[in-house]
Amino acid sequence: MELYMSLAIGVLFTVGVYLVLSKSLLRIILGTSFLTHGVHLLLLTMSRLKTGAAPLLGEKADAYVDPLPQALILTSIVISFGVTSFFFVLAYKAYQKLGTDDMEQLRGSDDE
Amino acid sequence: MLLLHFAIILPFLFAFIGPLLQKALPRVHTGWLMLPAPVFLFIYMMSLIPVNRERGPLQGKLSWMPSLGVDFDVYADGLGLLFALIITGIGSLVVLYSIYYLDKNKEKLTHFYVYLMLFMGAMLGLVLSDNAMVLYGFWELTSISSFLLIAFWHKRERSRYGALKSMVITVFGGLAMFAGFLLLYTVTGTFSIREWIAEAPSMANDALFLPAMLLVLLGAFTKSAQFPFHIWLPDAMEAPTPVSAYLHSATMVKAGIYLVARMSPVFAGQQAWLWLVSGFGVATLIYGSYRAMKQTDLKALLAFSTISQLGLVMSLFGLGSAAAFYTGTEQALFYSKATMAAVFHLINHAIFKGALFMTAGIVDHETGTRDIRRLGGLMAVMPISFTIAVIGAFSMAGIPPFNGFLSKEMFFTSVLNIREAELLGLHAWGALIPVIAWVASVFTFVYSMLFVFRTFGGKKSFEKLEKKPHEAPLGMLLPPVTLASLAIVFGLFPNLLSYSLIEPAMAAVHPNLLEPGKQFMVSIHLWHGFTAELYMTAGVVALGIVLFLLHRRTAVLHAPLFERVSLNRVYDSGLKLLDRFSGSVTKLYMTGSIRQYLIYIFVFIIAALGATLVSEGAVQLDTSGFADMSFYEAVIIIALILSAIAVPFANSRLMAIILTGVSGYMVTLFFVIFRAPDLALTQMIVETVSVALFLLCFYHLPKLKKEVVKLRFKLWNLLIAVGVGTVMTLVALSASGGSSFESISHYFLENSYTLAGGKNVVNVILVDFRGFDTMLEIVVLGIASYGIYALIRVKLKGDQEEGAIET
Repeated sequence: MELYMSLAIGVLFTVGVYLVLSKSLLRIILGTSFLTHGVHLLLLTMSRLKTGAAPLLGEKADAYVDPLPQALILTSIVISFGVTSFFFVLAYKAYQKLGTDDMEQLRGSDDE
Repeated sequence: MLLLHFAIILPFLFAFIGPLLQKALPRVHTGWLMLPAPVFLFIYMMSLIPVNRERGPLQGKLSWMPSLGVDFDVYADGLGLLFALIITGIGSLVVLYSIYYLDKNKEKLTHFYVYLMLFMGAMLGLVLSDNAMVLYGFWELTSISSFLLIAFWHKRERSRYGALKSMVITVFGGLAMFAGFLLLYTVTGTFSIREWIAEAPSMANDALFLPAMLLVLLGAFTKSAQFPFHIWLPDAMEAPTPVSAYLHSATMVKAGIYLVARMSPVFAGQQAWLWLVSGFGVATLIYGSYRAMKQTDLKALLAFSTISQLGLVMSLFGLGSAAAFYTGTEQALFYSKATMAAVFHLINHAIFKGALFMTAGIVDHETGTRDIRRLGGLMAVMPISFTIAVIGAFSMAGIPPFNGFLSKEMFFTSVLNIREAELLGLHAWGALIPVIAWVASVFTFVYSMLFVFRTFGGKKSFEKLEKKPHEAPLGMLLPPVTLASLAIVFGLFPNLLSYSLIEPAMAAVHPNLLEPGKQFMVSIHLWHGFTAELYMTAGVVALGIVLFLLHRRTAVLHAPLFERVSLNRVYDSGLKLLDRFSGSVTKLYMTGSIRQYLIYIFVFIIAALGATLVSEGAVQLDTSGFADMSFYEAVIIIALILSAIAVPFANSRLMAIILTGVSGYMVTLFFVIFRAPDLALTQMIVETVSVALFLLCFYHLPKLKKEVVKLRFKLWNLLIAVGVGTVMTLVALSASGGSSFESISHYFLENSYTLAGGKNVVNVILVDFRGFDTMLEIVVLGIASYGIYALIRVKLKGDQEEGAIET
């Protein structure tokens, strides 16, 4: 399973990077969410999959999966959600003000 | 903390309180307020001479940064005192001179004197410090204060150019010297110059010894305007004349000479040291004297003359280091005469060059020009200045009975002596040095005569001048008169200096030459019989007079040398080239396109991670602990991969968003499968809200167009993307392949209920075991929402004008 998961993670990263490298801001934002998914699955995969029950002690199982990465991923999901939302609104405002979402045209001024 | 420490700090104190005093006494010329400092210091330094003779050098320690070995240790031996006397003595005279030279109502006097006092303190600290790091600190302070003084009239473009140039060159050398000191520190483990000298014999075989020597020399050569670093000195003549007299004749340009003399006991005995110091000195001597003949501006002439005289002193210190090759005292003393000549000429040069600069300043002040083509016939109207100029210039040319004659004779003696040093294989080249020295002396004679007779001799033609010339006020004449009198006194009674100044300084340069308790024999006579040196001087005078008379008629003598090629041009175009080169390099990679920057980042990730993975052999497919795959999981994986891959091909906004949402929900399903209920819940909610947000935002964004880009663009992107994907796959595999140690999670699983009273371990970790993370992630969400609110609500100026670009 880990092998296939690693492949899936690779695909998510590939798509994310490909989108981030494109010109339109819209695609770039989509790309970031793919990168986020890739990272989360990577965190999960690294800690071994399906080694036991869900980390709920009421289950009374012999073995549980590792709860620590899950806590980390949960934190990460929330943070990336916050960042992504901000990024959306930023893109929206930028388009409203500048009238383009082509990153090649959003190069800033020469005298920076 | 000695009085000597206080003496070094005193000028800084004056620099600090001077402006306050000026505020309190607005009627008084600032110079009068500052004058007590150098005068007091001069008297104090004089009083140290007998102390040094009787009880040895005055030493004082003051702890500053003991953990780094940097302490403010002072050490006043003959060499330090000699320089301190020059600094304070000429300093007093220059302050006096500047009181009459600078107009109280036209100039920013407080600035001027603050810079001057800073410089004086830095220079004193430089020559009296025993700690190399402290010396370096003062060294840079002289560079900075010199920079400020050269650009005193900062509204003139030339002043700023000269100041910048001197700054660039001297700070470059200063940093090289700093590196040299650090190398010496790594060899010896101390910054004390005393201890370096003590350890010099054991250092000679160290691999870092030669680099340290070269770097220290680079510092000395740049500061003392040795060829080819001399180019800053003529441009520094844009400074007010008192500054030129003080900094660029007597003190700062001698800092490099001081360094060579001071480090001589450490490095002497190395062939490279002797060759470099003498070689550069002689080259500078001939070059400077040749160029000085061709100048038409008085101060430029004096600047090149200073360059050449500094080369002379430098070469004498180099020749004097030959003494270190001989163990026999007899021979060693023979060569140490060069050091004697160097020290003597150092004093003489400070005296006559100061006088000459002040004379040039007087001429400038009284006529409004410094161009010798427009001057002439001032002898009748300015007799006193003329007398001073004659004494100074004849001393510079080396004509009896002035002091310059004596040091010139000793210089000839030294260059003739060096031919006999068989040890150094100087037989072939040794004969060349006297010849060069002699020719340079002829040039020196010529420009000295030019200085006097083009300015003061010839016909009166005052209609070309801006002002009607007349003799300068007495106060302005007093300092150069003092110096000129000294030139005569030391010329007639040179032995006044012998055992008071020259011998102790020689002892500091050659500390190991004599047995303890012995002294160098220093006896300088005005007349020492018909010797080779005397004939050489006679030849110099004869040929010099001939050349001087031919000067106007022979273009070779006064036309500028090589109009096309000059070191200034090299420097200027070098700076331009650097500027342009760095500009174009920056333009090359900083294009402003975010895609390019991302490409750099991703390529670096691929290269760094990929190389590490390969070189460490990290990818080990140990599938033994892997879970197996069921049918459901296969379906979900395929769905995830397909939806992800389809996104770049989507033609409409909605399609792309839905596909992204699909992959998000697939991730949710993975969380379900991999026993992570809380993750699944959160991911589902977040994904839903995200998709909603996407739809909300994209409704306002432009339609997703097919990107019309070149195929190459897409291929590059694809290549990099696949690269990153591959690397991450490998990372994932190698990370999950083999765990090197046990997870800490069993602690959470065991204690979640007993310690924290919760059965949902993930939640207990989030709010109990690792609650800080959660608190700050709440803060992140809060900040994001405030940010979004601000973005939407806050009206920036120009918001009303739709489409206006903010700048």
